[in-house]
Amino acid sequence: MIRLEKRPSPSAFWQWATPILAVILTMIAGGIMFAMLGKNPVEAIRTIFWDPLFNEQFASYSRPQLLVKAGPLILIAVGLSLGFRAGIWNIGAEGQYIMGALFGAGVGLALYPVETRWVFPLMVIVGVFGGWLWAMIPAILKTRFNTNEILVSLLMVYIAQNILASMSLGLLRNPEGGGFPGSRNLSQIPAMANPELIPGTGLHWGVIAAFVVVIAAYILLQRHILGYQIKLAGQAPRAARFAGVSPTRLVLLCMGLSGALAGMAGLFEVAGPSGQISIDFNVGYGFTAIIVAFLGRLNPIGILLAGLLMALTYIGGELASFMLGLPAAAIQAFQGMLLFFLLAVDLLTNFRIRFGTRKEAL
Amino acid sequence: MDLGGINPAILIASLMVASVPIILAALGELVVEKAGVLNLGVEGMMIMGAICGFATAVITGSPYLGFLGGALGAACLSLVFAVLTQVLLANQVATGLALTLFGLGLSSLIGQGYVGIKPPLTGTVPLGPLADIPFFGPVLFDHDWMVYLSIAACAAVWAVLKYTRLGLILRAVGESHDAAHALGYKVVRIRILAILFGGALAGLGGAYISLIRVPQWTDGITAGAGWIALAIVVFASWKPWRVLLGAYLFGGITVLQLNLQAAGARIPVEYLSMSPYLITILVLVIMSSGKGKAALNAPAALGQNFHASR
Repeated sequence: MIRLEKRPSPSAFWQWATPILAVILTMIAGGIMFAMLGKNPVEAIRTIFWDPLFNEQFASYSRPQLLVKAGPLILIAVGLSLGFRAGIWNIGAEGQYIMGALFGAGVGLALYPVETRWVFPLMVIVGVFGGWLWAMIPAILKTRFNTNEILVSLLMVYIAQNILASMSLGLLRNPEGGGFPGSRNLSQIPAMANPELIPGTGLHWGVIAAFVVVIAAYILLQRHILGYQIKLAGQAPRAARFAGVSPTRLVLLCMGLSGALAGMAGLFEVAGPSGQISIDFNVGYGFTAIIVAFLGRLNPIGILLAGLLMALTYIGGELASFMLGLPAAAIQAFQGMLLFFLLAVDLLTNFRIRFGTRKEAL
Repeated sequence: MDLGGINPAILIASLMVASVPIILAALGELVVEKAGVLNLGVEGMMIMGAICGFATAVITGSPYLGFLGGALGAACLSLVFAVLTQVLLANQVATGLALTLFGLGLSSLIGQGYVGIKPPLTGTVPLGPLADIPFFGPVLFDHDWMVYLSIAACAAVWAVLKYTRLGLILRAVGESHDAAHALGYKVVRIRILAILFGGALAGLGGAYISLIRVPQWTDGITAGAGWIALAIVVFASWKPWRVLLGAYLFGGITVLQLNLQAAGARIPVEYLSMSPYLITILVLVIMSSGKGKAALNAPAALGQNFHASR
């Protein structure tokens, strides 16, 4: 008979080992799924995880993409992880990402055709503000009216998507675009572009921001009183209240921070890799970042690695759909599966599995 | 009787159709939450129900089997949630989100061969002369059987929760799993069954979208209906009849904005399409504010995992 025994404190070994175990299990289950789709599972897994980095033919294109895709994922996931640690669930990062891009791009386009290098920094600031503002709506509703932030932040994504559609068809549409939806191409306007800084690396300002944010979040959580309060509020909400941690302040801070970072990611994306505001410029980074945050165990360094891995599945997925005809949706299911396995094996961190009958209680 | 090109009888009739998916999914979630489990994967289960139901109906040619398939498909997905949260004690919020992300991916994977196909038609229930009554005929007696089933399901859930031993046990498990466990009830088993029931109902709701309401298959067809169902449960303060009310309110707004779009109202389409979500948020705010009116009714053990240490 198998039973679970709660560990006195989470196992340090399993804390690091579970993400790796989850990735391996996902590869096995994903392989089975690919086999059911009639693809060679070994080849599919190799195409996703190995070829983008080491295949001579594709690596020169794929390697820079790794940073391009990982940048926004890491930026968003670090922000989300702070809230998740405190038990504050912002799952509307996708909406905040869209609004950040809209705000930032809107300011840039309003100033068109000003040619000064201050336009881009201004766009970043306004983009951050846009994401922050969008996250503040669920945050304030939560603190003022006790509304569930999970539902509101998620519903706000649908509203943001409609605003995006309206903007790319109306206000922000390229007046010289021949009536096609979508804004001017920001990446081709020097004052507004977020260019590749070192050719062939994929490094743009968003990636640099992601690295800075990882370090800042690490310091915040390890060395700063606020980081301590965040961890305390998540693990022992009652104790946190007695210790004078204001839940209201924490909600506003965590939601605001994650929104600001998501907005920043959106702006860097729209001014760089994506280039323009269009109806479907958002590709779900805000949702995938939730998986990244958990895969990185809500730890900034872990998120850095998890973001790179998740970026790899995006690139590998594209390669696999190009090479093997693997449907793009299969990758989405694959990523979802990863979160399942992660949550499942997390059991090992907090519980021991015991075989045999139970001993007498002490 | 015409109001700016909108016929009220047709409006109410289509309102009832529009709210069926939400009623079913919200009722399922209500039972799950009454058992103390917060399953945020309603959206994922609905869309799995939508594609499984659609595929079954297209393959067998029978919409009835389609609904069965939808319920089964979504129940299978909810079983994953049940195992993860009840057996492996995973965080319910995170697992629910995973369910939605996975469901969206898997459904579009399954649905690849079904884009652009028409499903077999589900006829209206023949109620004979009743359907010919002016105004009340089209409003009440000219619907497919799922509309009536959704109302019946509402009554059934209400009666079971309020008057039966089963309902009492379910509520006990949701209010205090430790007490229920001490009384000898199998907390985990009851919760798993509740989750499966919730999954099946969400699947029925999803299948209704792809088989009757739209009716065709496109990726992301549920468009947030699962999240709205979750919000409706809060709006309803965990009371079945209020679910019906909330869903009709929501359905009314959806239908009204669609009619306004069709009638060529001056408001841009995008702002009309976002109105259901806006109203849902507004309603959530109203219900949650003031001395925590809605929260007072929430099952006490909602979202807490149960591990029998003794």
